[in-house]
Amino acid sequence: MHPRLAVSGLRKVYEGSGRRVEAVRDLTFTVEAGELVCLVGPSGCGKTTLLKCMAGLLTPTSGEVLLEGRRVTGPPPDMAFVFQEYGRSLFPWMRVGENVELPLKQKRLPKGLRRELVADALRSVGLEDALSAYPWQLSGGMQQRVAIARALAYEPRVLLMDEPFAAVDAQTRADLEDLVRGLWRERGITILFVTHDIDEAVYLGERVVVLSASPTVVREQLTVDLPPERDQLHTRVAPRFAELRTRVYEQIQAAKRDTPVDRLTKSDAPPA
Amino acid sequence: MSRYSPARTGAAAWRRVLLRMLFTLALPAVLVTVWWVASDGSTNVYWPPLRTILKAFPDVWTAERLRTDVRPSVLRLLGGYATAAVVGVALGTVIGSHRRVRAVCEPVLEFLRAVPPPVLVPVIMLFAGIGDTMKVVVIASGCVWPVLLNTVEGVRAVDPVMAETARSYGITGVARLRDVVLPSASPQIFAGLRQALSIGIILMVISEMFAASNGLGFTIVQFQRGFAIPDMWTGILVLGLLGFVLSVLFRIVERRVLGWYHGLRASTRRSP
Repeated sequence: MHPRLAVSGLRKVYEGSGRRVEAVRDLTFTVEAGELVCLVGPSGCGKTTLLKCMAGLLTPTSGEVLLEGRRVTGPPPDMAFVFQEYGRSLFPWMRVGENVELPLKQKRLPKGLRRELVADALRSVGLEDALSAYPWQLSGGMQQRVAIARALAYEPRVLLMDEPFAAVDAQTRADLEDLVRGLWRERGITILFVTHDIDEAVYLGERVVVLSASPTVVREQLTVDLPPERDQLHTRVAPRFAELRTRVYEQIQAAKRDTPVDRLTKSDAPPA
Repeated sequence: MSRYSPARTGAAAWRRVLLRMLFTLALPAVLVTVWWVASDGSTNVYWPPLRTILKAFPDVWTAERLRTDVRPSVLRLLGGYATAAVVGVALGTVIGSHRRVRAVCEPVLEFLRAVPPPVLVPVIMLFAGIGDTMKVVVIASGCVWPVLLNTVEGVRAVDPVMAETARSYGITGVARLRDVVLPSASPQIFAGLRQALSIGIILMVISEMFAASNGLGFTIVQFQRGFAIPDMWTGILVLGLLGFVLSVLFRIVERRVLGWYHGLRASTRRSP
C-alpha cells in the first residue's frame, strides 16, 4: 500500500537575477490516509513553498511528491488547498454558493449532486443560510469557513491548509480550530495543516512535523498522544499538552539558533 | 430573504431618492435658467434666445425626423461601439494574458492610440466608402483603444492568490476566462467602455459631417449651412440629450454587472 501522501527528497531552489535561494533543502515525510498532520516551523522556513510543491502549484527542483503512489506534476484533481488569504481566495463576484460550486462544475458533476454537495459542505461549516450572500458581506472567519466548505465539497483525498487561521482574531481562530478538528473526526479526511503557531499545531494534530529554518529539512516528527476528544478549555491546560508544546518549542528555538551545517561549507568564506 | 441582505426602511429610502433627485436636477435647472435669462433679449443671429430654440424644437424633431436621422445615427453608434467592445475585450484579453505578446504589441498600441481618430476619417473613406460601413468603422476605430488598453491592464492585474486558487481547483481554459479572468478585469473593462462611449458619440457626429445623407451630424451641419440657426441649436440639444440618455443606460448596466464590485468596495471602506 502506498501512503496517501509521500514527500521524498524534496528540494526547491529559486533562481532569479543571479541570486539562488535554496528555500527547501531535503524533505522526506509521509502522511497516511485519514491522518491529521501539522507542519510547524520558524517563520520564513519555506512552509508555503513546500505546500505549493505538494499541491502541484510549484515544480520542485528535485525530489518528488507522490499522491497514492502517483507523482504530482500539476494540481491533482483530488487535492484541495485552503489559502491563508481567504479574502483573495474567494471570488468576490460570485455568491457563497457559486464559489463552493465552481470547482464542482469543473469536475462536470451533475447539477443535483452539485447542489447537494454545496448544501452539505455549507452545513458542515455552519453557514447553510449564507448561500446567496457575497463573501465580502461576511466576516473574516466566515469567509474562511466558506473556503473550507469549498474544499470539503470538492471531496479531496488530501486537504492542504496553508496557515489558514493566521489572519483571524484569537476567538474566531479557536472556533475554526475546533471546526477543522470536528470535520476531520466526522469525515475522516486526510489533512496536512501548516502553521507557525506551536499551540495550534499540538492542539490540532495527531502528529507534528517540526521543520528547520530555511533551507528546510525535517527536524523532528512527534506523535501527539492526546486523547482524540479535545477542547479549548481542558486540552490546553493538560500537563501532556504542556510537555508536547515545550518539546516543539525547544525544537523550533534550536532550529532558529542552528546554522545548518552545510550552509557554512557552501559559502565562499575560507575554512578557519 | 437571508439575514445578510441589508434592510432599509421604506420612508428613509424614499427620502434618499428624493434628495438624490434634487441634487441631480438642481444644477441643470440653474444652467437652463441662466441660459434662458441671459439669451432672452438677444438679437445676435448666432445666439438666438433659448425661448426661440425651444419653440423650434417640436417642429424640427418630429417623429419622421427621429426615424430618418436619429435612428440611423444611433444604430451606427451602437454598431461601432459593439464592434469596438468585442474586439477590444478579445484582443485585450489575449495581449494581457501573454507577456511576450504584450512586449511586442505595446509600442504599436501606444502609437495607434495617440493618432486622433477623426484624422482617420478620410483614410477610412478610401477603403470603406462613404456609406454606413465607413461610419461604423470610424466609430469602432476610435472606441476600441480605451477598451483594449483597460482590458489589458485588468487582465494583467488578476490577483495571484485568485489565480492560484483557480489553478489548484483545475479551473483552466474557457472556464478560467469566463469565471475568473474576465469578471476580475470587469471593473477596468467598464472604465474603458465608459470612456469609449463619449468618444463614440463624438465620432458618430464627425463621421456624419464628412459624407452622409442623413444622421444627427449631417442634419446639424445642414441647418448651419442654411442659416437655420435655432434649428441647429435644437440639434445640439438633441445630441446632449442623447449623450445623457446613453450614459444613464450605461450606468444601469454597470450597476447590474458590477454590483459585486461596488459592494466589495463599500465593505472594505467600512472595515479597512
